[in-house]
Amino acid sequence: MSAVMQQESARAPLLSIRGVKTYYGNIIALKGVDIDVNEGEIVTLIGANGAGKSTLMMTIFGSPRAREGTITYAGRDITRLPTHEIARLNIAQSPEGRRIFPRMTVYENLQMGAAINQFAHFDADLERVTVMFPRLKERLHQRGGTLSGGEQQMLAIARALMSRPKLLLLDEPSLGLAPLVVKQIFDVIRELNRKDGMTVFLVEQNAYHALKLAHRAYVMVTGAITLSGSGRELLENPQVQAAYLEGGR
Amino acid sequence: MEVFVQQLINGLTLGSIYGLIAIGYTMVFGIIGMVNFAHGDVFMVSAFIALIFFLLLTTWLGVSSVAIALLIVLVLAMAMTALWGWTLERLAYRPLRGSFRLAPMISAIGVSIFLSNFVQVAQGARNKAVPPIISDVIVLFERDGYAVALSYKQIIIMAVTTVLLTAFWFVVRKTSLGRAQRACEQDRKMAALLGIDVDRTISLTFVLGAALAAVAGTMYFLYYGVVGFSDGFVPGVKAFTAAVLGGIGSLPGAVLGGLIIGLVETLWSAYFSIEYKDVAAFSILAIVLVFMPSGILGRPEVEKV
Repeated sequence: MSAVMQQESARAPLLSIRGVKTYYGNIIALKGVDIDVNEGEIVTLIGANGAGKSTLMMTIFGSPRAREGTITYAGRDITRLPTHEIARLNIAQSPEGRRIFPRMTVYENLQMGAAINQFAHFDADLERVTVMFPRLKERLHQRGGTLSGGEQQMLAIARALMSRPKLLLLDEPSLGLAPLVVKQIFDVIRELNRKDGMTVFLVEQNAYHALKLAHRAYVMVTGAITLSGSGRELLENPQVQAAYLEGGR
Repeated sequence: MEVFVQQLINGLTLGSIYGLIAIGYTMVFGIIGMVNFAHGDVFMVSAFIALIFFLLLTTWLGVSSVAIALLIVLVLAMAMTALWGWTLERLAYRPLRGSFRLAPMISAIGVSIFLSNFVQVAQGARNKAVPPIISDVIVLFERDGYAVALSYKQIIIMAVTTVLLTAFWFVVRKTSLGRAQRACEQDRKMAALLGIDVDRTISLTFVLGAALAAVAGTMYFLYYGVVGFSDGFVPGVKAFTAAVLGGIGSLPGAVLGGLIIGLVETLWSAYFSIEYKDVAAFSILAIVLVFMPSGILGRPEVEKV
């Protein structure tokens, strides 16, 4: 009996989004979204500009809050939890637009990332992310606002990693980056998932790379999920190819 | 020359009081984009708290050492005024967060009226005076019968200001509390995503601002020996001017602005006319803003992203 229950809970997704509707004023942005992210997976969400991908990422953190539906994380309903308390459950996000603190140094930005675990392993984590992104090491005492777009993206990801998250949300990590840097960032994501077993939920417009990376994927069109399947299935799906991969590689 | 040096000393003393108040304006504006019009009255309340505790300690509890009395008064005034700051934010500003932009400012004007009237009712409308607390002076030099003097009071005011500003600077720059405060100022949403309790940080900002206003209030009480219920208004407006002059949102700017306003005011009084000293102070503001719209150390509104 208990073994069955344990198995049951082990199979329950780490993050479960059910019928989530989000509005901006009276305008509906998410029209009832269902998504599961299982522990240890890389799940990708692709979709065009304005489909509601970033809104979903922020809705998971309760900012904006879902007006309907439930979001469950590790078996706990987090739909109504304040944003900072959701973050303290060990979910980290590298958000849309990177949101680097412009008048703080790179080092201070990373310190902010480690705030929720009281700097328990700050030095080790700093070492880890600067090995991942050597550019950050060179810029450690420079202000965040003076970094290039690519460096800011690296910093946003590194900052999210500083809390040693169980679930990492990445909103368009490849946006505006040179192909070589994109490859580097995707390699980092793959490695974090493989080596540390970190669960990753990734939003991308760069569909080809993102689908290749993902265990499973969803397609969002104007606030609703229209397709889902394994990364490979979606890569081979003619609709996806026509809409998101046309000449995209 | 002698007059100039003397006014320089007086100006720096006055300026450090303005600077302490200005920090409260600039911090609150930086974090929630609101001008806290009640801040000058919080300063006035703190001066009353200092007066009450000083009398309590010296006349009723018989504390004979003025230095010890002043130290206790300073600590108590800071603690109690900080509590005022915290309470006002909870009652008058937090419920309006997320409302339209002007709502908290209108509420702040209400708080300002409430505080000055409350003190008027509770303490009476007449100015409260105490005999000079410390009247020793050091004569720096004397020429043609004009002695340039530095009073003990002025030394205390400048020393206390310097020490507390340094401590405050350390808190904001080097501690995780200060880092959270700056993070909320730069991007509140992101700070929340990193697990920072934004509401708590905003409370903390009001508490820090009020505590520094209390330092100013205690120093004001020590310097002039007189406090009245309407004393919050003019120093409040001048400190706000100082914050704008230095660049609103900038902490060093607030201190610099305070010193400039203090110096302009005293030098103008000495060389031109004391009646027009406020005109001079505000004219400087107008002129600086024409050429540097974001203040001396302020940053331009638009930032490279």
